[in-house]
Order: sequence, then C-alpha cells, then structure tokens
Amino acid sequence: MKTILVIGNGMVGYKFCEKLMAKTEKGAYKVVVFGEEPRPAYDRVHLSEYFADQDAERLSMAPRSWYEANDIELITNERVTDIHRDNKTITTISDKEYVYDYLILATGSSAFVPPIPGVEKKGVFVYRTIEDLDATMAYVAKIKAEGSPKKAAILGGGLLGLEAGKALLDMGLETSVVEFAPRLMPRQLDGDASKVLQRKLEDLGIDILLNKGTQNIEGDEAITGMKFSEDETLPVDMLLVSAGIRPRDELAKTCGLEVGTRGGIVVTNDMKTSDACIFAIGECALLNHMIYGLVAPGYDMAGVAVDQILGNTEAAMPTSIDMSTKLKLSGIDVASFGDALNENKESESIVYENKFQGIYKKINVSKDGKKLLGGILVGDASDYNMLHQIFLNGMKIPENPEDLILGSRGGEDASFGSVLDLPDAAVVCSCEAVTKGDICCKVEEGFTTLKGVAAETKATTGCGGCKPMVNDLITETLKAQGITVKETVCEHFEYSRQELYDIVKLKGIKTYAELLSTHGKGKLGCETCKPVAASLFASIYNDTANVHNVIQDSNDKFLANIQRNGTYSVVPRVAGGEITPDQLIQIGEIAKKYDLYTKITGGQRIDLFGAQLHELPLIWKELIDYGFESGHAYGKSLRTVKSCVGSTWCRYGMDESVSFAIEMENRYKGIRSPHKFKGGVSGCIRECAEARCKDFGIIAVDGGWNLYVAGNGGANPRHAELLAEKIDNETVLKYTDRFLMYYIKTAGPLIRTAAWLDKIEGGIAHVKDVVINDSLGICEGLERDMAGLINSYRCEWKEAIENIDENNNRFAHFVNSEAEDSNIEFVSLRDQKMPKLWS
Amino acid sequence: MNSILENYKTISESEVTTWFKAAPVSKFPENGGACVKIDDKQIAVFNFTVEGKWYASQNVCPHKMEMVLSRGMIGEDCGTPKIACPLHKKTFSLETGENLNGEDYTIAVYPVKIEDGFVYIGIN
Repeated sequence: MKTILVIGNGMVGYKFCEKLMAKTEKGAYKVVVFGEEPRPAYDRVHLSEYFADQDAERLSMAPRSWYEANDIELITNERVTDIHRDNKTITTISDKEYVYDYLILATGSSAFVPPIPGVEKKGVFVYRTIEDLDATMAYVAKIKAEGSPKKAAILGGGLLGLEAGKALLDMGLETSVVEFAPRLMPRQLDGDASKVLQRKLEDLGIDILLNKGTQNIEGDEAITGMKFSEDETLPVDMLLVSAGIRPRDELAKTCGLEVGTRGGIVVTNDMKTSDACIFAIGECALLNHMIYGLVAPGYDMAGVAVDQILGNTEAAMPTSIDMSTKLKLSGIDVASFGDALNENKESESIVYENKFQGIYKKINVSKDGKKLLGGILVGDASDYNMLHQIFLNGMKIPENPEDLILGSRGGEDASFGSVLDLPDAAVVCSCEAVTKGDICCKVEEGFTTLKGVAAETKATTGCGGCKPMVNDLITETLKAQGITVKETVCEHFEYSRQELYDIVKLKGIKTYAELLSTHGKGKLGCETCKPVAASLFASIYNDTANVHNVIQDSNDKFLANIQRNGTYSVVPRVAGGEITPDQLIQIGEIAKKYDLYTKITGGQRIDLFGAQLHELPLIWKELIDYGFESGHAYGKSLRTVKSCVGSTWCRYGMDESVSFAIEMENRYKGIRSPHKFKGGVSGCIRECAEARCKDFGIIAVDGGWNLYVAGNGGANPRHAELLAEKIDNETVLKYTDRFLMYYIKTAGPLIRTAAWLDKIEGGIAHVKDVVINDSLGICEGLERDMAGLINSYRCEWKEAIENIDENNNRFAHFVNSEAEDSNIEFVSLRDQKMPKLWS
Repeated sequence: MNSILENYKTISESEVTTWFKAAPVSKFPENGGACVKIDDKQIAVFNFTVEGKWYASQNVCPHKMEMVLSRGMIGEDCGTPKIACPLHKKTFSLETGENLNGEDYTIAVYPVKIEDGFVYIGIN
C-alpha cells in the first residue's frame, strides 16, 4: 500500500483528502495529514463570522470523526520541519519520521506583515487563523474595559481587510481602513467602483484612508498611533494587519525544491513540483508565475493532484484560471469578473453609475461587440451569476450590450434570457465544480429543494455565492416541467401573504369565511392559512384576537401561552421593565392565590406559569383591577422593549433609555405582525439593553440616538443593522413606524425581521431608501396605517373579560361540566411547582 | 401514561350502544371545538359549521398525552377534515383518526348526531 503524506490541513489540504476519498476505495492508500494549527481544517473564507459568534464548530470543514471514518490519520498541532527527498521521508517538530510515496504540500500562506518599524508592538494583530481572531477579540475586550471610546485601524483595504473592518466596527470600535493604493480592493475594482464602495462603507461608519504609507507604529509598549508622515498621525488603540499573503514555501526551500524569486513553490500545470513525487496545491503553489489566493482554484488544484496520483496523467489546470469574486461586504454587494480592469486593453467599457443609490456597474465588451470579457458590480450584484456565466462560456450577448446592465428597455424579454439557456457544461458552483447539467439532472430526479440539491451535488456548500443561481435553476427546471413554484400560503390560497394583505385591504374583506370563499379553495381552510388571515385582520383593522377567535393560533385563541402540560402562562405588560414595589406585591399576591410558578423573563417582566384554562379570566380580572394590561406574550406582536436604566441612574448614561423604552412599548403594544417583534433601548454604547439583537434597537450616542433594525436572538442570532444615526426622539419614532409597517405589509408568514431583511432585494440599503428617502413614495401611507393601529389599541384581555359569554365560554375546559381537567399533575420544584414530566 | 389511550377506541356508528347527550348546540363554538366530559373520559367535539358537519375524537393528544385537542384548530387536508393539536401541530383526520403528518400516532374518533338542538356522542 502506498503512502500519501499531506502537509497542511487548511481548506485545500482537506479538499485533497475529500476528493481522494471520493475516487478511491477506503484503505487504498495510507493517508497521513499534518496540521500546524490545533484544530482540523476550517473555512477561512467565512472567518469574519467567527467575530460574531465564536463558533469554530460551524466553520469546521469536517469533524475529526470524518477523518477516522475514512482511515485518514490526522495529526494536528504538529509542524513538519524537514523533507528528506533522497530517502522520501519527513520529520516533524517532535522528531517523528514518516515515509512517503507521494507528498502533498498544502502549506498555504501566512499573513504578510510589512516591515514597518514598531510593528511588533502590543495591539498589532494579523488576520489569518482562529487563534489570531481570539487574540484580537481578547485585546478588544481589554481596551474596551478601560472605558473611553477606542479606535482601531485595519492595514490593507483588500477584501479581507474590509470584512475585518466591519467586524471591528461591530465590536464597538471606531474603525479606519488604511490602504496604500489609491483605491479599495485594488485587484478587483477600478477607481470609480472604489469610490462608490468607499461612500457606502463610510455611511456604515468605517473611515477610509487611501494613499497612505505607514512610516512608523507609534507607542511605547502598545500601539498608540500610525504615523504616515512628519505631520500626519492617526491615533489608534489597535491595528489589524491584512496586507496580503506570503506563500509558506520554507519547507520546499530547505529541501531544494524550486521556488519563485518572490516566493511560492514552482509547479507545472499538473501540480507537480520540481520533484515528481511532490505536489504543491493551494496558496503555496506558484503556477504560471502566479499565486492564486482564492479557494476555487485551490480546490481545482487538489483535484488535479488526486487525478495525477491515481494515474490520470492528462489531468491539468486550465490555461486561464477564473479569478472572479463576488462578496457581500456588510450588506454591500461587490463583484468583479474576468478582465475587470481591462488590463489586456482588448475591450471597450460600458459604465452605469447611480450615485443616489450607490450602484456602479461596468462591463468590458470585446471591440467587435460580441463577447463579454469582464466587469465590475458594486451596490447591486444581482446579475453577477448570469454575467459571470456569459463571460465564462463565451455566450452570445445582446445586440446592444448595455442591455446586460441596464436591462432591455421596451421589450418584454429579459436581456439575458433564462438560466436554462446556459450550456450544460457551465460551472455554476466553482468551489465544488458543479455544472448546470449536474444540478438540473438532480432536479429532474426529484430533488426540488435547495437543500436537496446541495446534499446531492455539494453545490452551494463552499462560498455559497451560487445559491441564487442554483435556486433559479431549480425553479426554472420545475417550470419547464410544468410545475409552478410560488410562495403561496398553503393549499387553500394561491397567494403570498403580501398579496393577501393587499387583497384584504383593497377589497375590505372582514372575515375568514369571506376571504376563503372569494379568494381561496375549499370550505374549511387549515391551521396555516387561518392564523395568517387573523394576523392580516389584526394588522389592517386592529381586530383583537377575540374577534376572530376560532382562526387564531393556539396561544392567541386563549390569550395565553400554552405550556407543556396544557396549562397556560400569564404575562402582564411591564413596559420598559419598570415596575413599582406595589405592582410587584400585587403580582405576588395573585401568583400565591392561584399557586403559580413565577419567573423573571428575558424581556424584563414576570411570567406566571401553571394556570388552568378556566382560571385565566379569574387571574386576569384581578390583574386588570390592579391596572395591569395584557403583555401579548402569546401573540405574533410586540413583546417588550427592553431597556437599561439610562441617564436617570447610570453614571455613563447619555439619555433616558427607560422613558423612551416605555414610550415605544406603549406605542407599539398590541400591534400584530407576521411574527413576534421585540425592541431595546440602551442609554449608551455599552449596550446593556442588548438592543442590537432586537427587531428594533436604539442606542443613545453623542448627538442623538442610533437606530438599528432587524436584529435577532434565538436560533439564528444576528446583530441589527444601522438604519440611521444621531437622530432625535421624534425621528426615531417616525423611522420605526415606517420600518415596522413596511415589514408588516411585506413579510411572509412567521418571518422575523432579520430573515425578512435577508431575503429582501437590496438588503438594508433598500430598506434605508424606503424608510428614510421614501424611494417608493409610500412613507405617508405607512405612517397613516401605523397611526391607525396605534390609535385603536385596546387591551384584549379587558375586552375578553367584559364580553365573557357564560353560555359559550371558551375558557371552560368542559362544555357540560364545571369540573377541572383531572389529567393535570404537578410536582414540586425548588419551593414552587412544575408539570409532571412527560414519560 | 399510555393507559390513558386504552380508554379511547374508535367506534363506528353501527357499534354505538348509547348516544350520550352532551350539551345544547349553542354551547359549541362555530367552526371550532369544545370538550365533553363523559364520566372520567374527555371527548373533543368539533363543529364544522360551514359544512354543517360534526366530528368527535379523544381529547388527549397521543403525542404527549395532554388533554388539549379540543383547543386545536380545525381545517382540511386535501378534502379530509382534520384537527391540529395546539401543542406541536400534529394533525389528525377526523374521519379515520389517522395522523396526517406521516407519523404513527392515531386518535380514536366517535360518531356525533344532532337532535332537538342537542349534541349526542356515540359510545358503547
């Protein structure tokens, strides 16, 4: 059995193993992998996500058990120190020796740190590994603990640098990006595209400094500033270096393999080094005098090396390697493909620039006007996949090439036809080399969801950039088979929630029966469309859950949250979390009287558990007599607006967060929406109210409030995005009114604001445009509709109690008996009670 | 716990020996459900007003053994009248009692008749 040693367990090293396993029987080769880092290979492309969640698991390419299951020996935390080519062995740092038949060098690259004096000072970090990020975050935490606002800089305005910039900004640092070149992302963008991107990044709060050569890193022990010239210094508390990469070729050098003058292990297009038994793949390999710092070519190289070892001597890298890139930088689309900068001077450019919306599109077309050779998209890259495919496959372009970026004007047809026009051999997912043919074939076999196709073909599992195109391929293939795909509510309505909203509103439909008979199918409906209709009647007419009782979801039906044993919980509103001692005593008295389990909720109020159905009106009667109102903890509606104590008590507070939270909670209470929504108000940047994980969150800053929207805790945590900054109370309310109403009108059923924003074309930039610039001309209507809801609020528990029909009481457990449900059993728990466990 | 389920077996109309007089029709919500106590048993009764049909089933959801089905939402699945449990949205046919999510659970269903403004449930 031959032995393959793989030095380097990064993305490309891992991909080599994966491709080898896919093409050989288990145990055909002895495979040993050496990784210098402590953990198995992880996804470096999405490294910046680690700043947000510190979830290394999620970035992992494959768990250790994968290596075990494939009989691959994975040795991490072990650097290989020498290669002895004459006897085909290697030795590691702990002096272990291994023999090889084939050696794969997948050593990758290291962060390039320019030799600036002082770069070794404390507070200077690189951006390459999870350990680098851990160290960076620890330092951020340390300096932030000092209290005063802190400044960070990124050295390098390339793609990684800009991602890191956003991450530092999100950590609450004032962030500047320092770039030596006259433009951002100099390898991908031209000057005009860079300007558009720069403006958008500055809007987010990232300071951009171009044409800046750093002469010195200032400071005694730790960095205090970056000196650009005698009279220009940028004061900073930390620096993250992201100034490019250097191939890790030191092992190759010391064993006499050929390396490039500026680094990189020289390989031919079969990925062999100057020693035919040794291959180099990924960012350490110098192919055509180039280092390819993207993951897709690295994966291709891994595939070529596998094929060569298995005896396919024809396998080789293509002569031209696609370096196209598309990414989302903090919600801003940036893409560049082909000869984006017209370096070959073979093309003429067509440029579209819209400074209002921050969109820049440029295509380079061959001089005969027949071929697309490259292009750049900033602000809106929704056409990237199609343009990229037209470029890659040399497809015919429209007679007027400008239609490619402007859309065809006048005609009905889309300027570049359907995705189905692509040749079957077109590579749609370049990370995993999956073609259009592969995908359509699986759809025809019955894998009709993105998840299903991804599991079958691996498409979309790399960078994920091809997701929209794979989705389009699935939809179009199904359409071609005569299956229509539409986001309908359920089998009873062939409309989306947004369409139903308009129907109900325009036609003035008032009941579910009317809606079903005029616009639905069947006579009965189901548990999906009924609550949607109830939510629409609530959002349009502010009908409480009492009005359409039998179409309400479980909890709305009884205005309480059903718990594990069929009992309910009771949550009175405690706006902003402010509660008087008397109110605490009143709640306590009621909880004691009805023997309820009590707990403080995450939304700063008190939850009373274990009430039986028939007790709900009794408990609420007492609460209402004390002046409490429904907390709507059961509804797809406003839950709470959480607050910190703010300037009323806190010595750091910049504004009265409690007062404002109470005002907002009372403003939006009772308003029903596609899903629940929550708010938060923090009195300063320390963010004790955790406002940025709420659907709307506001933070007091010098000069007003910053308003963030579409944050989420829960299963998919996500920070809210900045909608507007330094605005006054009145403007906060105005924008929040518009934002919430826009969401209520357009989101699908049970879609939280974060998921809604993810799906919305144009993302936060679009929402800003609608809410702040009134780009759709609907703000007046949004405000009017919101005012209608706010002004017609009434406590639905009060309404329920006033209207109890003794003859038809929904809170009675039995229709024919006063008895209680004898099935309910409680056991004791820490001096309170809890439901008996499910068996 | 499963002993609860042994109290509930589907009865067809021909097997009915007793029609239990439950309550006046007016006590049942339109297009909704309510629970009837028959000795120590709990039977959920559903009033499909739109179609003028009535159905009855055990009140206990076989998934977690809680007495809650009468509080669920009624509807149809491709023409089959169904009930969705309020706890985890398991859905059951009210004609056969079978689970409509493709799971093993089933519920017992009972005949219902309306006479002189009263709801009767068929038992034996």
